[in-house]
Amino acid sequence: MLENIRLALRGIWSHKLRSILTMLGVIIGIASIIAIVSIVEGTNKKLETSLIGAGNNVTTVQVMQDGWAYEFEYNGVPEGIPQVNDESIERIKGIEGVVNAAKYLQRQGWNVVYYGDATLSNTFIRGIGDGYFQTLGYSLILGRNFAEDEFNSGKKVTVIDENAMDALFNGEDPVGKVIEIQQEPYIVIGVVKDENKEEKEYESITDYYMYGGTQTQSNVYIPAGTWPIIYQYDEPESVAIKVEETKMMQSVAESAADILNERVSGDYQYGAQTGDSMEELETLTNAIQLMLVGIASLSLLVGGIGVMNIMLVSVTERTSEIGLKKALGAKRRVILWQFLTESAVLTSVGGVLGIILGIILAKVISIVTGLPFGISVTWIIISVLFSMGIGILFGAMPASKASKLSPIDALRRE
Amino acid sequence: MILELKNIYKDYETDAVPVPVLKDVSLQVEKGEYVAIMGPSGSGKSTLMNIIGCLDLPTSGEYYLDGENVLSLSDNALSDIRCRKVGFVFQQFQLLPGETAIQNVMLPLSFSNTPRNKRRDIAAEALARVGLSDRMDFYPRQLSGGQKQRVAIARALVNDPSIILADEPTGALDQKSGKSVMELFEKLNDEGVTIVIITHDKNVAARAKRLLHIIDGEIYEDEGTNGNIG
Repeated sequence: MLENIRLALRGIWSHKLRSILTMLGVIIGIASIIAIVSIVEGTNKKLETSLIGAGNNVTTVQVMQDGWAYEFEYNGVPEGIPQVNDESIERIKGIEGVVNAAKYLQRQGWNVVYYGDATLSNTFIRGIGDGYFQTLGYSLILGRNFAEDEFNSGKKVTVIDENAMDALFNGEDPVGKVIEIQQEPYIVIGVVKDENKEEKEYESITDYYMYGGTQTQSNVYIPAGTWPIIYQYDEPESVAIKVEETKMMQSVAESAADILNERVSGDYQYGAQTGDSMEELETLTNAIQLMLVGIASLSLLVGGIGVMNIMLVSVTERTSEIGLKKALGAKRRVILWQFLTESAVLTSVGGVLGIILGIILAKVISIVTGLPFGISVTWIIISVLFSMGIGILFGAMPASKASKLSPIDALRRE
Repeated sequence: MILELKNIYKDYETDAVPVPVLKDVSLQVEKGEYVAIMGPSGSGKSTLMNIIGCLDLPTSGEYYLDGENVLSLSDNALSDIRCRKVGFVFQQFQLLPGETAIQNVMLPLSFSNTPRNKRRDIAAEALARVGLSDRMDFYPRQLSGGQKQRVAIARALVNDPSIILADEPTGALDQKSGKSVMELFEKLNDEGVTIVIITHDKNVAARAKRLLHIIDGEIYEDEGTNGNIG
């Protein structure tokens, strides 16, 4: 076998121009597939980063209506949705793959937070339970976190994020200062920073397209226990869950929703939102990818026919070699394998060249169009195997023809 | 008995009319014999050689090579018998141009599944037997006609066959190299190798210890050389 591969490589090298021309179809086909997949993969990664946050692996379970988070601001919490209790949080933490979980309430507010004359034009007010910062991977950069007893007490303390600090304090030390949230005074005890570089920026795909990253959002956190002071009970509680791997997010969120829904009655239920939009997107991009790969495969088919053609020529050229080998005792199988190996090696070399060309092509497209770029190892392996398969498929006919040559006829042709 | 052909007939089908090429050929060759089969072109010489070499099967008759009933064998088994029991020497040498002398000699060893690590030594030994130890890594284009034919003979010897079957082995050589090749055959025969040469050249045939004539598909023993003339 190794001997056959060595002979095949030598044959390819000794007919360089012919080999390149033969491989061209395979090279172009594989290059287009790799380029297409790299671009689509990159786009997917970008969307994934924007929608769920790369490396963050935090999913949220919220009360849903028709697959979207319901706007409760004017309606209050619908009937049958109880508060999330500690027992439910503990059970969610017990789901396989869950790293941490914490409950929270949130509301978006415009000009509801003040420090002196400074205000936050667009901010999320979040009432949080114990473990929320750990779950989201936030770290404290100034001051302190909430103490355990502060989460459920009515003590009006707040932790703000970097954006809020920049907008409100303008270089002043915020710790110990009093800010106004919904006309209630809160003491700033700390400032947090998101450790994940690329946090989830948008709540849904609609937001992603609507706002397109033009706004700087700030966040202000208060203990969940003080939420009723400013907003009464008109927000349902949600749960943030950190999981081990991105791909587990959907299934973990569904299990968590099931736990929460045990205590729910009425028209509304808990559910995971991110999963749906991700699924829709992946279906779409995968469909596009499949279509483009289909088109590129046509080039591989044409390439395969080119390989078959040249292998037939090669069999004819080497009739006397085949005849000699058979006369000297080579079995059909030996001849068959020799030619199959040769055509598989030929197309595999083409495949490897195609991969290199495809990566270069994808890089160029990415630079020219600004589309993101990602290399898929899976597709590189698939491409090599596929091009090898083409060699075997289209080499089978010529190889079989060679193996059936009669040694007498073959030797007579000198 | 190394070779035993009994009542061999071979017909070729041309336009549905069978043309007889070999008619009732019977032939026996003992181990260690040196036989020449002589005949003009069109006499059925090549067909007989193909049958003896297990490259072709007769239309009817019986053929035993070193005790094996050749007519009962499958395509694979025929390849195997060619590999182990027949050493071919061709008029045009039939060396692979891209391989060195020793690689050419090693070729049949790969078909007989000889262990990889022994092939080079066996081939080197065969090349030494034909006096080409100093040309092992030469390519065919770097060798003279006589040297090429000796490489081909080394290749024929390498699997230790029951017979060496040579088809016009001097046909493409000048007189001097032809003579040295014939001397090599004589030396090998003295060492116990059974040799069958097919030729139309009287001088070549005359050097064999036993001479057969084939005319019009029928075989005749040459009276003058019949028996074991030394």
